[in-house]
Amino acid sequence: MIAVKTYYMVFAALLALTLVTTGAAFVDLGARWNTIVGLTIATVKALLVATYFMHLRHSQRLTLLFAGAGVLWLALLITFVFADYLTRGW
Amino acid sequence: MTVARTPEVLAHQFDDLEQQHDAANLGMWAFLATEILFFGGMFLGYAVYRSLYPEAFTQASNHMDILLGMINTVVLIASSLTVVLAVHAAQQDRRRALVGLLTLTILLGLVFLGIKSTEYLHKFNENLVPGVDFAYTGQNARHAALFFSFYFAMTGMHALHMIIGIAIFAWLIVAARRGRYTAIYNTPVEIAGLYWHFVDIIWIFLFPLFYLLGRHL
Amino acid sequence: MSNYLNVNYGVKSWLLTRDHKRIALLYLGAVTLFFFIGGAAAVIFRIELLTPQGDLVQAETYNKLFTMHGIIMIFLFLIPAIPAVLGNFLVPMMLGARDLAFPRLNLASWYVFVTGGLFLLGAMIAGGVDTGWTFYTPYSTVYSNSYVIATALGAFIVGFSSIMTGLNFVVTIHTMRAPGQTWFRLPLFIWSHYATSVIILLGTPVLAITIVLLALERLLGLGIFNPALGGDPILFQHLFWFYSHPAVYIMILPAMGVISELITTFSRKRIFSYQFVAFSSIAIAVLGFFVWGHHMFVSGQSVYAGMVFSFLSMFVAIPSAIKVFNWTATLYKGSVSWQTPLLYALGFIGLFTIGGLTGLFLATLAVDVHVHDTYFVVAHFHYIMVGGTIMGYLGGLHFWWPKISGRLYPEGWAKFAALVIFVGFNLTFFPQFLLGYLGMPRRYYAYPEEFQVLNVMSTAGASILGVGYIIPMVYFIWSMRYGPPASANPFGASGLEWQTASPPPTENFAATPVVTCEVYTYPSEHDRGANP
Repeated sequence: MIAVKTYYMVFAALLALTLVTTGAAFVDLGARWNTIVGLTIATVKALLVATYFMHLRHSQRLTLLFAGAGVLWLALLITFVFADYLTRGW
Repeated sequence: MTVARTPEVLAHQFDDLEQQHDAANLGMWAFLATEILFFGGMFLGYAVYRSLYPEAFTQASNHMDILLGMINTVVLIASSLTVVLAVHAAQQDRRRALVGLLTLTILLGLVFLGIKSTEYLHKFNENLVPGVDFAYTGQNARHAALFFSFYFAMTGMHALHMIIGIAIFAWLIVAARRGRYTAIYNTPVEIAGLYWHFVDIIWIFLFPLFYLLGRHL
Repeated sequence: MSNYLNVNYGVKSWLLTRDHKRIALLYLGAVTLFFFIGGAAAVIFRIELLTPQGDLVQAETYNKLFTMHGIIMIFLFLIPAIPAVLGNFLVPMMLGARDLAFPRLNLASWYVFVTGGLFLLGAMIAGGVDTGWTFYTPYSTVYSNSYVIATALGAFIVGFSSIMTGLNFVVTIHTMRAPGQTWFRLPLFIWSHYATSVIILLGTPVLAITIVLLALERLLGLGIFNPALGGDPILFQHLFWFYSHPAVYIMILPAMGVISELITTFSRKRIFSYQFVAFSSIAIAVLGFFVWGHHMFVSGQSVYAGMVFSFLSMFVAIPSAIKVFNWTATLYKGSVSWQTPLLYALGFIGLFTIGGLTGLFLATLAVDVHVHDTYFVVAHFHYIMVGGTIMGYLGGLHFWWPKISGRLYPEGWAKFAALVIFVGFNLTFFPQFLLGYLGMPRRYYAYPEEFQVLNVMSTAGASILGVGYIIPMVYFIWSMRYGPPASANPFGASGLEWQTASPPPTENFAATPVVTCEVYTYPSEHDRGANP
């Protein structure tokens, strides 16, 4: 289903992104943007692993639902808790 | 060689191999969803304290060995590659390649753990292990201690998951050598692979969060 | 006739079984044992509360008693009971399957459960825990001189058992339904167990990691939850309640699934608005994750977060109310048969309604400020957990007992026990609403004189309730030897489980049934012009 060549390309992309994210850390973009860049690159890498290595590309919708639900619920946890911390000082 | 119903690999509760495979796949993804929330609780704690004590966290991060961290990231990514190639080999009935690739995966995993142990040892020698031996020389030692508490808790939990993964692959190698995994039936290899990729993904996030804060300072 | 009970004998055939039905009975034994241990703790502290002074036990001992009562009842009884006993037995059968998707995982889950339970009991025997089942920091991590880590580890282990069961159910329901069994042809028991399993999978891991962090903090003196070291105790509460609030829906949804089955069977009428009841289970599961902050109104969390949580908590009552309305509408003009399972179902509806409404009072932020940590809260959750869940459990146990054991229980004694339980329950817990409203704090072993009468009533009720629980134990065991043999479908119920023998053969069905219509159909429906 997924060609071996694709696996190698994804691998190369992951290596490249690792180098990029490490390098980006040495550039001063301000704390907020450094964080955003770092997390964005990490997310892209994670999506590459999930889509190609974990075969989500060719999975049933139900599988995507399960994976998505986990991520969504974590986002829910983080969002609601931060809503507390961010509004305590108001 | 095709068998209409391969009884020795079809469990009695399932009607056919496809149902069995779907169930196993879904089961592993359900488990991985629980793992997202399991690690997620620690990611939340890290995020909260990083937002509360940004400077202390940034300075603490500078104590991490970025080279070792990067090498470990590359090692894990490589091990994910060997895993997908192993699954591919199983799907093509290439038993020797399967065993070889699984072995390579374990070796890469052990390299990761070796490097991690080295890092832990360094931290111990630098008195940066909260609760065991902690004497931080920078400012905001209490807040830096939180950074290191999360570092050890999260990478430690990650390492524990890797050890379990290695054990699972070792088991699979034993079965693979006996020819248990073929083009018709290789589900255990596939779902063990899913687990391993997940553990890789966790590290993909741990690396920037702990090693790459404010390197420009 | 060979059935799953007599197909082979011997301890090994039970302890190494992969049959979901036998595993269900293994769970039945374990949860029953834990229930009575948890109950014993309650007996002791209810006796203490007969007098305003703390005179039976020391303060620390009292703290340990209510803590162990809560931990045992929640983790070792309320969470596992219906899913692991009735769910394990019935889910495959209701789907026309031979077993769950992962039978060995199922057996493993029982061993994990028992191991965790032994950890908890061991911690109790070694000296117990006095933190309350909520383990709030920094008391649990720094100041308590009790077996916090052992207890926390026990809960951690039991949590894994729960996850294993939930995972098994979800996968089974998705992949092993009978031919023709679309989602809207499933029994509502299945829908509620599916929703429960979703909650288990998404919530329990957060409790697990919270316990890990708690244990590490206590062991190593970390500061994650310790304000003296820069940590935040409220972070602990967020992590704790993110699971523990949905956990109450883990405890009630399976019971609601039972009630749906009982109401339809004993009014011989299809459930009013099946789809709404099915979706309401999913709605409860989802909405239940948005409201945990209502346990933390006075903790120090942001007032604005409190307001949002209060507002959202109102919504989670809606799907529950929908169920109550639909059950009532099902009974209306039904052909009602006043047998024991229905008595429990009716008790559930009434008591759950009271418990649920008082939950709305608590969700109202301003009211909660006054009744938080009082007996009002204690009464609220006991109305739901005991008046609700335990009634549902007992109703289900009676309903499916003929299927499980192949015997009929004695109807006269069963009705009597149900009545005793109902009276005992209300006498125990209604006074507690009054006590809480009047200001008596919870978790106190001594109280002002003016609260004594209500406390005495409550303790009297508890002793009646205790007797009420023992009676079914006795006659269920009695029936296994002396009860009249049961037919395949003694109650004329619908559902695939009733189309095979009582007790069923190991493989459940001789041939996989094919489903061609919705599940709740009764012959007399045609006479009343309802949908065929």
